[in-house]
Amino acid sequence: MEQKKSLIRSYQNMDEDCKKASRIFAGQKVQACGFHCIKIKELGVTLNDEIILEHINLHIHCGRMISIIGKNGAGKSTLIKAILGEIPHTGKIEFRDIRQGINSHLRIGYVPQNLNIEKNSPTSVYDLFASFISRVPVFLLRKKSIEEKIQKQLAMFQAQDLIDKRVCDLSGGQLQRVLLSMAIYPLPNLLLLDEPVSGIDKKGMDSFYETIHSLKCKYDLSVFMVSHDLEYVRKYSDYVVLLDKTIVKQGLPEEIFQSKEYKTMFG
Amino acid sequence: MLTEIYHILEILLPFSFIKYDFMKNSFLAILIITPLFGILGTMIVSNKMAFFSDALGHSAFTGIAVGVLLGISNTDLSMIGFAILFALVLNLIKRHQTVSTDTIISVFSSMSMAVGLVILSKNGQFSNYSSLLVGDILSITGKEIFLLLIIFCVTIIFWTCCFNALHAQSVSESLARSRGIPVVLIENAFAVLLAVLVMFSVRWVGILIINALLILPAASARNLASNMREYHRFSVVISLFSGIVGLVVSFYNSTATGPAIVLVAAAVFFLSLGAKVVYRL
Repeated sequence: MEQKKSLIRSYQNMDEDCKKASRIFAGQKVQACGFHCIKIKELGVTLNDEIILEHINLHIHCGRMISIIGKNGAGKSTLIKAILGEIPHTGKIEFRDIRQGINSHLRIGYVPQNLNIEKNSPTSVYDLFASFISRVPVFLLRKKSIEEKIQKQLAMFQAQDLIDKRVCDLSGGQLQRVLLSMAIYPLPNLLLLDEPVSGIDKKGMDSFYETIHSLKCKYDLSVFMVSHDLEYVRKYSDYVVLLDKTIVKQGLPEEIFQSKEYKTMFG
Repeated sequence: MLTEIYHILEILLPFSFIKYDFMKNSFLAILIITPLFGILGTMIVSNKMAFFSDALGHSAFTGIAVGVLLGISNTDLSMIGFAILFALVLNLIKRHQTVSTDTIISVFSSMSMAVGLVILSKNGQFSNYSSLLVGDILSITGKEIFLLLIIFCVTIIFWTCCFNALHAQSVSESLARSRGIPVVLIENAFAVLLAVLVMFSVRWVGILIINALLILPAASARNLASNMREYHRFSVVISLFSGIVGLVVSFYNSTATGPAIVLVAAAVFFLSLGAKVVYRL
């Protein structure tokens, strides 16, 4: 019951937020329908007889940004990997259309913590992007139609000029924008971000969170993010989950940040 | 058909070295093998698999030894079979790793080499196999060139169909997986292809040298390229150039061909490194 109330309140807050944010994207209306829901039921992960996560129950509605906070080793990244299907887990993850009452296929957009690209790698942004969205071999051809598609996606994050740059030469902020534009093509139902802004300055952080915020308002998607930046979590999240092997507490940001559970965990 | 190709070669290349049939064969073999090495090398360097391909080469001895033990008359078959198994097992261990990949590969590589040497050296027979160490491209026959041509076609088809997935997997496995790319399958397919290519060419190129030919052209191309198209183009051109120059030089100098090719490739590498530093590519 408590949880339901805070859910309703978070929706009221969100509407206000999104009206502001939608101005950023040329005044488009809020697109989240609020009728899709990702349900995580009794998710648990056990690796080598050690329980990493247990009894994770979570409802994620579209158009909301959920932040996962917790200490190192609390299982945050493991939770992301379990949702991605990269490690085996117990329990269920369902994607439901509430109006029609049916389950459908969950499309996940993912922004990884880092890429396996070292200095001097001859991978351009075009190569990177095209490898994931097209079958035209990037070592052979550069197709105009694909290039235009990529340019359009990059332009949403003011990254269209980066298309010919080598990925290894991008700054942290530039790389984030490129990865984000990849993550939302094709448009996912759930955007998973695993500590996406390490090594970026304050200005970069601000613009990153603004972008995420406007994304969730513009499109019919939910954002699920692991983050260390508690200030930003407080400012931008609709819902916060305090994690330590299981969900210690979940609710609106102000509730979480004032709770005694939060204070014991973060001092 | 081969005689016609010989004839064309003689017209195109009015030099003394091409008069000999064994030189024509080696020339053709190099035209086929080196571009393949250039292409597969790009991914080996990007994925930091140099050690892996080295270990694959070393497993040739065990493959032959297994064939000898089983009494198979064509040890090429056992060699290829063993290399494929070896590559897949290495991939499997890498996925469930508890120790660092380098260590694991090293353990397997030295173990398989030792097993092969022990079996092959029984009763002082090893001298029969020692030619495998440096290889001898001058002894290649027309039929073997035809086999190489088949591998060439298979590789080009695989690369055209699967390169994007392979590249995606190499850049970020999680990301590739989240987009439904079958990462394990792709990785294994690449390892198998590499194993087959290495085993088919190890007789001509030599265990000690084969890895240098896989790595050097791609490493040089990396110094110059700014995207995947340039990377592949440069790597193939450098590989072909080193192969042909090495063959011709070794003919006039009467030295072993494999090492001569590696020396040319190494020289190109240092030139590319210099160019990179000077022009800040």
